[in-house]
Amino acid sequence: MTNMGNNILYVMGIVAGLWLARNVHEIFLGLPDEAAQGAIYRILFFHLPSWFTCFTAFLLAGVSSILYLTKKNLVYDTFAVSAVEVGTVFTVVGLTTGSIWARIIWGIWWTWDPRLTWALITCIIYAGYLMLRRAIDDPTARAKNSAVLCIFAFASVVITYKAIDWWRTQHPGAVLSFRTGGGRMDPAMESILYQNFFALLLLTSVLVVLRMRQEAMSREIEGLRRHAHAL
Amino acid sequence: MSAVAADGVWKYYGDFPALRAIRLSVEQGECLALLGRNGSGKTTLIRILAGLLGAQQGSVSIFGKDPRHSSAREAMGMLGHGIGVYDELSAYENLLLFANLYGVKNPGECAREWLQRTGLDHVASSLVREFSRGMRQRLAVARAFLHRPSLFLLDEPFTALDDRAIALLQGLLLEARERGATIIMSTHQLREAMELATKVALLNRGKLVFEGPRPAEMLQDPTWLYRQYGEG
Amino acid sequence: MRFARQTWTVAGKDLRSELRTKESLNASISFAVVILVLFSFAVDPTADQMREMSGGLLWLVFSFAGALILNRSFARELGNDCLDALVASPVSPAALFLGKAFANYVLLLLVELVTLPIFGVLYNTQWARQPAMLAAVMLPATWGMTVIGTIFSALTVNLRMRELMLPVIIYPMMIPVLMAAMRLSTILINGEAIPADDWIWFKLIIGFDIIFTSLSLALVEVVLVG
Repeated sequence: MTNMGNNILYVMGIVAGLWLARNVHEIFLGLPDEAAQGAIYRILFFHLPSWFTCFTAFLLAGVSSILYLTKKNLVYDTFAVSAVEVGTVFTVVGLTTGSIWARIIWGIWWTWDPRLTWALITCIIYAGYLMLRRAIDDPTARAKNSAVLCIFAFASVVITYKAIDWWRTQHPGAVLSFRTGGGRMDPAMESILYQNFFALLLLTSVLVVLRMRQEAMSREIEGLRRHAHAL
Repeated sequence: MSAVAADGVWKYYGDFPALRAIRLSVEQGECLALLGRNGSGKTTLIRILAGLLGAQQGSVSIFGKDPRHSSAREAMGMLGHGIGVYDELSAYENLLLFANLYGVKNPGECAREWLQRTGLDHVASSLVREFSRGMRQRLAVARAFLHRPSLFLLDEPFTALDDRAIALLQGLLLEARERGATIIMSTHQLREAMELATKVALLNRGKLVFEGPRPAEMLQDPTWLYRQYGEG
Repeated sequence: MRFARQTWTVAGKDLRSELRTKESLNASISFAVVILVLFSFAVDPTADQMREMSGGLLWLVFSFAGALILNRSFARELGNDCLDALVASPVSPAALFLGKAFANYVLLLLVELVTLPIFGVLYNTQWARQPAMLAAVMLPATWGMTVIGTIFSALTVNLRMRELMLPVIIYPMMIPVLMAAMRLSTILINGEAIPADDWIWFKLIIGFDIIFTSLSLALVEVVLVG
């Protein structure tokens, strides 16, 4: 990639870092404790955006997988794997933050609440995707097979998500105004929440681009190795 | 209309091009011997023509149709590295299965006829897993021929065959050529191939370096083409 | 018409060769019994506990034992490069998939049918109090398992570590249908009527079947042709 591209990436990374730092400052020092939960509610500012981020990443990975199957361009596969990897990391972040919150509020690290279960299943499904990739040597076959798996994975994640709505859940319900029509959350808090989401999304983009470069490079090395064997 | 036409076919394994800009056309009734060292892309090319692999760029047509079109596949007889018959089924059941899959009329009769032609009628109801190697190969030949294909795609068909199977295969191929079938075979067994081939193509590292009528020199000296292109 | 004939031919071929050797069928049923026995060591269930977990135990056994059959589905084509011969033939990949799925379906149902009475005896459970309703759960839920197992059997057929990869991939995907089947089966085995709220699980199973059957049919050509 060009120097220009590098610079843009660096700038994006720095902006994301600064923005997150500023949000952390705001969250910890600017906002008051919440009436019912006390200080721990602040974890929500990372918990919720992590889930948004991972869901966005998985959605884009699914779209990109469909594009790979129709266009057969390895760029889409590169994007899909990068998005899934970063998305999986954020799934783990979401699970961890949720777990910490549950320890304080519910007194337990884990409960088989459907939404928690769903998150764990999602994590396992995408871990399976990443494992499948390691088991295939030919990059073209790998791209094809993992694209198919990625589409199934997304469908399955959506169905499982839907299914949990039917169980009685003890997980806190929706708080954001676009789901509730407003009133459940202080506008200042909601604004920080969105800001943190966008900051994390920016960070995600930087990570995805970095990972895509690495993937393209490792594919190139693989190609060169085959050339060497063919000589 | 050519029986087989490939135009600008590229096949990549990741970033590695296994086939580069292959342009090939084989007319009806011709027999093409596809030569090249191991790893030169012969198997990949045959698999693309058979519709088992997709190319990233370029187009392939079989009698003017896409290789995945069912009428193209009906016209094809494919013999790959494996024998492509089931160990747990009897010889007759195997042939009956493929006769059914190819939509042959009177599948039972057709299966029996081919068991006879390949000298397997006395073991028709024995399981393939009990067969000797030579018998398995003859059954594989019957499997590839039973729907009277008008295009044969053979990937190193003479390798590992015993002399009886070689004679059988050569006889059947000659007969097929006489009725106007087209044959494409990759092979290292140049002597057997040259008797049939009307046309020769040489692949080198994924590139087609020679394609044309079989040079007269090759009848006497099968490796002539390899030497011409510095492959010794 | 032609499609149906091809499907039938493929299914018949798979069933014939499996019923002839009974390799995976025997292995699968033995494994089911082994799990049932092992489970008795994990918990020594009282009648009340059994009421709560009968459906769950049953579907765990079905899905574990079933994976042995699903694993073999495309692997059996590898031996003599038969998969190439099938894909190169005029069979449409969708018919090939459906044929293999039907064969697996029949085998899975056979395993379930044999396992159920054994389960009933070992755990002193009257499972057949509502046989028709139980069948109405088992038939579509088993199809859901079959579809997922068959398509991923095709997807992983050329992999190193195929036997290791398949369970890691298919079990998480099957969770919605297993969840629903477990819940409904527990209710039915206890001889209760299905509460109005729980009919939604039927819809889940049917929806799951429709979505994943269509996805599989749409993608199987891509999976089989390199």
